Amino acid sequence: MNLLVNRPNGPASAHAYTGGKPFDPALPCVVFIHGALHDHSVWTLLARWCAHHGHSVLALDLPGHGQSAGPVLPSVEATADWLLALLAAAGVQQPGQATLVGHSMGSLIGLEAAARAPALVGRLVMVGTAYPMKVSEALLNTARDTPLKAIDMVNAFSISTLAAKPGFPGPGMWLHGSNRALMRRSLSGPNAIGCAVNLFHHDFSVCDAYTGGLDAAAKVTAKVTLVLGAADQMTPPRATRELAAALKAKTVVLPSGHSLPAEVPDELLAALRGALA
Amino acid sequence: MPGYSDPGFDTLALHAGAVPDPTTGARATPIHLTTSFVFQSSEHAASLFNMERSGHVYSRISNPTTAVLEERIAALEGGAGAIATASGQAALHLAIATLAGAGHHIVASSALYGGSHNLLDYTLRRFGISTTFVQPGDVDGWRAAIRPETRLLFGETLGNPGLDVLDIPTISAIAHDARLPLLVDSTFTPPWLLKPFDHGADLIFHSATKFLSGHGTVVGGLLVDSGAFDWAGSFAKTGRFAELSQPYDGFHGMVFSEESTVGAFLLRARREGLRDFGACMSPHTAWLILQGIETLPLRMARHVENTRKVVEMLAAHPMVSRVGYPELESHPSHALARRLLPRGCGAVFSFDLKGSRAQGVAFIEALKIFSHLANVGDCRSLVIHPASTTHFRMDDAALARAGIGPGTIRLSIGLEDAADLIDDLKRALKVAQNAEGRAA
Repeated sequence: MNLLVNRPNGPASAHAYTGGKPFDPALPCVVFIHGALHDHSVWTLLARWCAHHGHSVLALDLPGHGQSAGPVLPSVEATADWLLALLAAAGVQQPGQATLVGHSMGSLIGLEAAARAPALVGRLVMVGTAYPMKVSEALLNTARDTPLKAIDMVNAFSISTLAAKPGFPGPGMWLHGSNRALMRRSLSGPNAIGCAVNLFHHDFSVCDAYTGGLDAAAKVTAKVTLVLGAADQMTPPRATRELAAALKAKTVVLPSGHSLPAEVPDELLAALRGALA
Repeated sequence: MPGYSDPGFDTLALHAGAVPDPTTGARATPIHLTTSFVFQSSEHAASLFNMERSGHVYSRISNPTTAVLEERIAALEGGAGAIATASGQAALHLAIATLAGAGHHIVASSALYGGSHNLLDYTLRRFGISTTFVQPGDVDGWRAAIRPETRLLFGETLGNPGLDVLDIPTISAIAHDARLPLLVDSTFTPPWLLKPFDHGADLIFHSATKFLSGHGTVVGGLLVDSGAFDWAGSFAKTGRFAELSQPYDGFHGMVFSEESTVGAFLLRARREGLRDFGACMSPHTAWLILQGIETLPLRMARHVENTRKVVEMLAAHPMVSRVGYPELESHPSHALARRLLPRGCGAVFSFDLKGSRAQGVAFIEALKIFSHLANVGDCRSLVIHPASTTHFRMDDAALARAGIGPGTIRLSIGLEDAADLIDDLKRALKVAQNAEGRAA
């Protein structure tokens, strides 16, 4: 569904996938937040499950990504404010009603939003996360100068197997190819056009620049679960220890690389069900 | 950055989509000859049917062995995913049936395999889908043939029978200007030779019966999606492809482009096309094609090496008036072939024997290594004489209009010793020469 969300320069259209059912603001709401150069479609299996098991679902396209209007927002903090404005526009306002599930960059946005609205956010699930989420200067420069090459590099770093089973979103999909196609589509999407820099460099810069993670963690009252990939080269599990301690988080490690929603959708669903219980 | 995370073509040909079986440890991909798959619970069953989970339900829709093949061809083509079908014709039909219905229109190259031409020009017309055929090199013709109801541009990477090289960058640009996808039949150019997605194609299909299988043992097809075409964007601008961009009552009201930004076409093709038309591939067939693909890089290099030697001999032979191979400067697609097919133009081509139909028949019957049959892409060398077989009802004038002469011979060069193939051909050419003057 599309929502009008208040932004500094006035309302702008935002898109959210609702899991195959009409959105019901009276239900507990699971909000899925994608990572760099992705869109809502990385979450569709989990989103459908939640929508058909007692939750309302908002799987977001972040500003400038997918079908949500740009321009992109300059920081994790600004995007967290946008997310909370979107929840208000959707009518999600009951205490503890929102569960935020973020992947990679999206996990930092979820963390910051949970800190800014502790009464609203009852649960926080950070998937494929790390703090700080530093990006090497070499990769930042490649993303800026030759984004298609950087897409291939990140694709190679993000996926730990040549045979992700049973396939996402279904059998017969080649994860390396579908992830590359999605990142290329996001880079050239109509709402990405007009960014001061390319969307890839922007997203990586936002991750790299975020320094508020521990301050945010101190304000979070939500029940927190970290779901990490044992073979994750982008955000290796060792890079979450300080954050996990600050959040008093439960940590689940799955046999996956960084692309957990597509590599191990069943295992991630089990972890999410545990977090929602 | 070669290595496990970013493997090259030869590694993908062996490993993409497959790992040792987690239950048995079997290293080779097992053949899962089962119709159906046990649900863990009623809730698990419901979630599979509702696409809340990925998994296998019934082998008409998906199967673990077949899925390995689908992932592998997608990897080799640089695509997002693939669907295996009962034949190459079934793959072509699945592509069209997913995108077009009654009242819709296709723009296709006139240089097509006869079976594809029949489907487009006769059979699909019965179902309300019409086709305009254009010469593959007629760039303005492609553009002019597009109508509001057009849903697809389609051509063969190497056209039949003259091996016209399809100018994929140019034709795909014409398609994309009109917010239409380009589908190519890449059967004659397996991905070791050409990767059409790199040049702008959106969908690829193969008759996997040919080089991908490579051994002349099974019939199968593969349909691959690049994941690059923006179906929802095309719908927003042109109203086309509501099938992928609007709720589908036939599958939970699903909006496929919403469900998967890059997999919308494959989702609909599988969830509707395989479900309703049912032209699925047997897991046993998939396994045999996988065996073929494992050696595809080695075989294609040898196919091309042998073909070049045979072409060189034939081009210099006094009984041969023409050799239609794009690597020859005399071929009209030579410049395009150098740009798009630097590794070679495959192993199927035709040549014209000087003389009558009777001499063509004499040539065929004198061959000992080449097998006379209606197939290509086998590891064994194959030959056919269209004027006495596939086109025998046509007089010489009708043959000429089809680009075929009374002495046209089509060869599919195999993996035998090139010297033996050349010896076989030279001897048969001599027999044909001696047959001059016999009645057809």
